[in-house]
Amino acid sequence: MSTPTQLPSFWSRLSLAFGTFFKTIGDAEFAARVRDDQVGPIAAPAPAPVPTPAAAPAPVPVQLREATPDAALQLLTLLQREARLIDFAHENLSAYADADIGAAARVVHEGCARVLKDHFTIAPVRSEAEGSRVTLEEGFDASSVRLTGNVVGKAPFKGTLSHRGWKATDVRLPQLAKEHDASVLAPAEVEL
Amino acid sequence: MSAPVNARYAIGIDLGTTHSALSYVDLEASDGEKTAHGVLPIPQLSAPGTVEALPLLPSFLYLPHPDEMAPGELALPWNTDGETAVAGEMARSRGATTPIRLVSSAKSWLSHPSVDRRAAILPSDAPEEVTRVSPLEASTRYLQHLRRAWDSAHPEAPFDEQQVTVTIPASFDPGARELTAEAARNAGYTSATLLEEPQAALYSWIQGSGGAWRKQVKAGDIVLVVDVGGGTSDFSLIAILEREGKLEPHRVAVGDHILLGGDNMDLALAHLVARKLAANGTQLDAWQMRALTYGCRGAKEHLLADADATTWPIVVPSRGSKLIGGSIRTELTREEVTSFITDGFFPRVEASARPAVRTRAGLTQIGLPYAQDAAVTKHLSAFLARQAGATAELEGFEGRVAAEHTFLHPSAVLFNGGVFKSNILAQRVMDTINDWLYMEGAEPARMLEGADLDLAVARGAAYYSYARRGGGVRIRGGTARSYYVGVESSMPAIPGMEPPIQALCVAPFGMEEGTELELPGQEFGLVVGEPVTFRFFGSTTRRQDQIGDVLDFWGPDELQEMNEIQATLPADGRTPGDVVQVTLHALATEAGTLELAAVARDGQRWKVEFDVRSAS
Repeated sequence: MSTPTQLPSFWSRLSLAFGTFFKTIGDAEFAARVRDDQVGPIAAPAPAPVPTPAAAPAPVPVQLREATPDAALQLLTLLQREARLIDFAHENLSAYADADIGAAARVVHEGCARVLKDHFTIAPVRSEAEGSRVTLEEGFDASSVRLTGNVVGKAPFKGTLSHRGWKATDVRLPQLAKEHDASVLAPAEVEL
Repeated sequence: MSAPVNARYAIGIDLGTTHSALSYVDLEASDGEKTAHGVLPIPQLSAPGTVEALPLLPSFLYLPHPDEMAPGELALPWNTDGETAVAGEMARSRGATTPIRLVSSAKSWLSHPSVDRRAAILPSDAPEEVTRVSPLEASTRYLQHLRRAWDSAHPEAPFDEQQVTVTIPASFDPGARELTAEAARNAGYTSATLLEEPQAALYSWIQGSGGAWRKQVKAGDIVLVVDVGGGTSDFSLIAILEREGKLEPHRVAVGDHILLGGDNMDLALAHLVARKLAANGTQLDAWQMRALTYGCRGAKEHLLADADATTWPIVVPSRGSKLIGGSIRTELTREEVTSFITDGFFPRVEASARPAVRTRAGLTQIGLPYAQDAAVTKHLSAFLARQAGATAELEGFEGRVAAEHTFLHPSAVLFNGGVFKSNILAQRVMDTINDWLYMEGAEPARMLEGADLDLAVARGAAYYSYARRGGGVRIRGGTARSYYVGVESSMPAIPGMEPPIQALCVAPFGMEEGTELELPGQEFGLVVGEPVTFRFFGSTTRRQDQIGDVLDFWGPDELQEMNEIQATLPADGRTPGDVVQVTLHALATEAGTLELAAVARDGQRWKVEFDVRSAS
């Protein structure tokens, strides 16, 4: 049971008491909660809204996906394990000479490359050489090609390829045990 | 043991010293020499609670402390109830920081003649509270893991119903072969066959060529297979015969068991670099040493692949979270790699060079009997010299071996093992062999191209499973040794001398699988209920001896004494103390093992055990 972090003062308690008095009289549902819940209405949460949206199949205008943190945490774990990326990012570079940073960067680079190679198949979006002229026909995939600069007129668009783009054609993240706590990115190590 | 009838796949398993792998051929999609094959990704723990499917299963077993892992962190895609040990990638990485709980090189222990391989002895330096496992048990665990990985990926084609081959080094003695077969049975393999790894490598090469191998080798060729794996080096000679217009490979000789492999090379380099660091006042702990070994492997691979690179940097990351400043940077130079690996492990030697043998100290520690001479090329020259007459009596090879040849002349070389990803090393071996050939006025040998160095053994084993069902080319050859038991000679005893013994041939060279031979004219009296032990010898060179031949003298190189073998007649149905007259039978099984049996006149048989449990 949670304890309210800020206890109300005497005056606000007084107004709360009056408010509750009238609400108990006027709202049968609220009265029932006061009766059943020994704690009273102080900790009363908003009534659970779960059944309501299911009952009303109203059209949802915009649906934003919530990224699952597990996969992101997993990738961080891999990048820390193989490339020490979190260690590296937490360092204050101003304290070190470039030679020291360079040595550490080798660990990070080699490890990152390994993670990318082992867990993803990454291919360029466009196979043409960067700097070459490309033509985008009508109906091109706007999510994989971004137009920049003088974006006017209509397709076909002619332009110069400034970046080939990258596309993950396959993702092979490790499977996790049901009880596994993905938020531990690297366990503390204790040598006995 | 019978071949599965309804098999959908032919499965090959490379049970390696450091890595294991499973490959398969889809029987329904294959026809003749066109095969549809693949490698099964093996789900394994890569960290607690994290399961990854990797092409190789590191052959390591970790025995965690009960408090070491949170419950549920050892889950795999299959039921792991009651299992406390972890196999695979996590075992290897965990074990590097806690070596007292890590079982490694179980396969080398399985072939170690002076330990009881069924006794729980691994890890050999574990404290008492760690429940140890036997080399047999560890091998069983790896095989079991592979079987479960298959079953979870192919529920429609259960493992038990497929044709399965497990590979072993060609140098394995009958005891180690029998133990591998036993590990497979314990792991639930109902009908596994054993195959020698160098043969598997050649099968894989034949398969990979898709029929073009007939253009790369011709009748009369002698192919030398040089297989340097993670922990062992293994040599075989395969002669190409022509019979009824068809090319037929015959395995004619195998080498000795040499515990020397790529991992020894990486470790040797790491120690070299560690000494260099220590000279500058930097001491490395066990954890950093592992990181250094890993770095040295990468540096070695780069330097041996790129002839122009002069140095390659190695960074040993800090153990704590301060990565910059805490990491140690060092480098490996071309001279170091050349002098240590190329000249240290693959020196250019004369054909007459032999590996150095130090007499072992009286009280040797019970560890693995690693090769005392690191020079692979010296082991190779000794092998070729010993086998100088290997093809003398082979059909189609008559008159090709001249008396003045000091070693057998190979005409082609097939490399196997990750070590030979480096062209520099493969080329060094080729140059050395060709020097030897040149000195005897012979044509240079050629290198067979297109070998798949990491997965060849597993792939070749799957191809063999397929070929056994009549699908492709088969290598013939039978058993690679002749075997003898020691019998006391009838010479009068001389005081102070051991009575001289004679060697009685009980199994000749080249017994084809499925054949059984009876030792003629010799009966042994076995006492019921009492074990009888025989001294046991093997020879990789005496091809002419027939079963029943008795040798009075033999060269020191000709016969190698192995562990004693033992026959015990159980007392069931007989009176203990009675003497039963038996004859010895040798049987080359379909599964690829050799069996000796004592057979009484009434037909009752008892198995003669190769692997006698030590009395202690």
